Amino acid sequence: MRVLQYLMPLALVGLMALPVQAETGDAELGEKVFQQCKGCHQVGASAKNRIGPHLNGLFGRKAAGLDDFKYSKSFQRAGAGAGAGGLEWHADTLDVFLENPRAMTSGTRMSYRGLKDPQERAHLIVYLRQFSDNPANIPEADPTAQAVDHDLDPAILALVGDPEYGEYLSGECTTCHQAAGGDDGIPSITLWPEDQFVVAMHAYKNKQRNHPVMQMIAGRLGDEEIAALAAYFKDLEN
Amino acid sequence: MTFNRRMFLGTSAVMAASLAAPMVRAQGKPRVIVIGGGAGGATAARYIAKDSKGEVDVTLIEPTRTYYTCFFSNLYLGGVKDIDDLGHSYGGLAAGGVNVVHDWAVGVDRGAKTVTLASGGSLPYDKLILSPGIDFVAGAVEGWDLTSQNAMPHAYKGGSQTELLKAQLKAMPEGGTFAMVAPPNPYRCPPGPYERVSMVAHFLKANNPTAKIIVADPKPKFSKMALFQEGWNNHYAGMIDWIGEEFGGGAVSVDPAAMTVTIDGEETKVDVCNVIPAMKAGHIAEIAGVTDGNWAPVNAADMSSKADPDIHVLGDASQQGDMPKSGFSANSQAKVCANAVRGALTGSKVFPAKFSNTCWSLIDTNDGVKVGATYEATDEKIAKVDGFISQTGETADVRKATYEESEGWYSGITADMFGASV
Repeated sequence: MRVLQYLMPLALVGLMALPVQAETGDAELGEKVFQQCKGCHQVGASAKNRIGPHLNGLFGRKAAGLDDFKYSKSFQRAGAGAGAGGLEWHADTLDVFLENPRAMTSGTRMSYRGLKDPQERAHLIVYLRQFSDNPANIPEADPTAQAVDHDLDPAILALVGDPEYGEYLSGECTTCHQAAGGDDGIPSITLWPEDQFVVAMHAYKNKQRNHPVMQMIAGRLGDEEIAALAAYFKDLEN
Repeated sequence: MTFNRRMFLGTSAVMAASLAAPMVRAQGKPRVIVIGGGAGGATAARYIAKDSKGEVDVTLIEPTRTYYTCFFSNLYLGGVKDIDDLGHSYGGLAAGGVNVVHDWAVGVDRGAKTVTLASGGSLPYDKLILSPGIDFVAGAVEGWDLTSQNAMPHAYKGGSQTELLKAQLKAMPEGGTFAMVAPPNPYRCPPGPYERVSMVAHFLKANNPTAKIIVADPKPKFSKMALFQEGWNNHYAGMIDWIGEEFGGGAVSVDPAAMTVTIDGEETKVDVCNVIPAMKAGHIAEIAGVTDGNWAPVNAADMSSKADPDIHVLGDASQQGDMPKSGFSANSQAKVCANAVRGALTGSKVFPAKFSNTCWSLIDTNDGVKVGATYEATDEKIAKVDGFISQTGETADVRKATYEESEGWYSGITADMFGASV
């Protein structure tokens, strides 16, 4: 089997340029990794939608891009982009997604915790890439690729938030996100598990996740503030 | 309905207490009075009551029993929303521990720290929050005053004026002319007049497609201008004539009896005329003596008046710096103020001020755009930190998602202002 390779671009984190380690993928090894996905996803000549959408032609496709598959609201919103470009599948976005699907789309029905090993992700991405119609036309990675440290520092996840501070800060959220839940046009964030809340907010802050309002709001929240909000919303009783 | 004392006592525990023991704190609880039950006042009242868990007596003075939001009222003009979608009761606030008094506040005695009501009573306060919205500057548009508002509605306060303008729009003769006199800066809801033009055009395109819209504008440019002009070209080509400052849009007079508008010397007979005059802080702010010119200057850290540390001014009426006058801004300011007022009265922790705003506008069905920013408090003012705006040429999917998001925001902010419906 032909081996494709891709390189992660250099990324900027704040003002500091950090070379991101390049992972080289091997399609044959990727096929083995794909065993984990086969329960829900098919790829190749006779692939059909099953529990998850088929993965032919995935590269360059926008999120929630198949007309005949019923996607979660989260994915539909991510694909439409609500004012940003909308999420499209390329090596870089798949890499972020596969590492922790809920960081990018909180409400995805994909019940997969994520593939933590960057090397395994690289193999899988190279394997999947062979099933896109026109690989030659697909860029190696988006010019604006966000291959930044989506590997959220465990110290950030370990921060214990102050719910009282979170209650005050939540005022900025509840202008749009109804405290009582409710999901008409804007997703609910009430009772969101704390770690998922933190991961998602940092994904907005790092501009891995698209949405101009959320990037703006999360962009100026510090680690302690995000932890405080997560601590408040996880137990919010109405 | 006449308002008699018996009913008043029946609906207001705080008034009963103050009649029994005027000027004495009920159970020693600190008292907050909020004047004005819109995006600023309702939010402040609700948050202080909710967060103080009964430690602070909160009274909201608001004349109307059903609040019709000014935001989204253009969508009602366009036929996208019903008037009932815009009405909200104060029952949720009352259930949340706020004493809701339906009356007009007509006087503020800053020395005695009391507010006088139109019905004759007087209420004591420790902290007073003014969120009275806007009134109009007298003589701002030649030929127009409040007695003309039935012939030429402003429809810039939600409710009856909005319904009146809609009725006039529906009654326009075929091929008739709708005129708008747009306001000078600063004014409530910067994109509001232009969203209104869009929604009026949306209605006319479906019901009266040969009708015309003229906008006389004293400004050379306006909020989201490129987005609106792109949308007007795409959806309503040839229908809208915007006359900016450069072409005499500021030299306007109206004759409500004759239904004429004169722009830069040229008189036009019109069928509907929406006059949105220059604005100032709601009158009670002037009565309280906290205005300087048309608006009430405030300190950015807690929205306290620069004239009186025990009075806070929220929303459109305040002069705070960089935030636009919007419902979202007022709601954001209210939470900063509520935190500071509760801290001052109960010793609860006061956190640093943080503000944000986003304004969505609808140009045509499923064609939504937005602009937003975050703000911080500096010694001098509320200062902009970061912002974004929708781009011209966005796909239909993006615009539809933006509109759907605005509907989510409407549900969110009204729940945040009024609490859960009862």
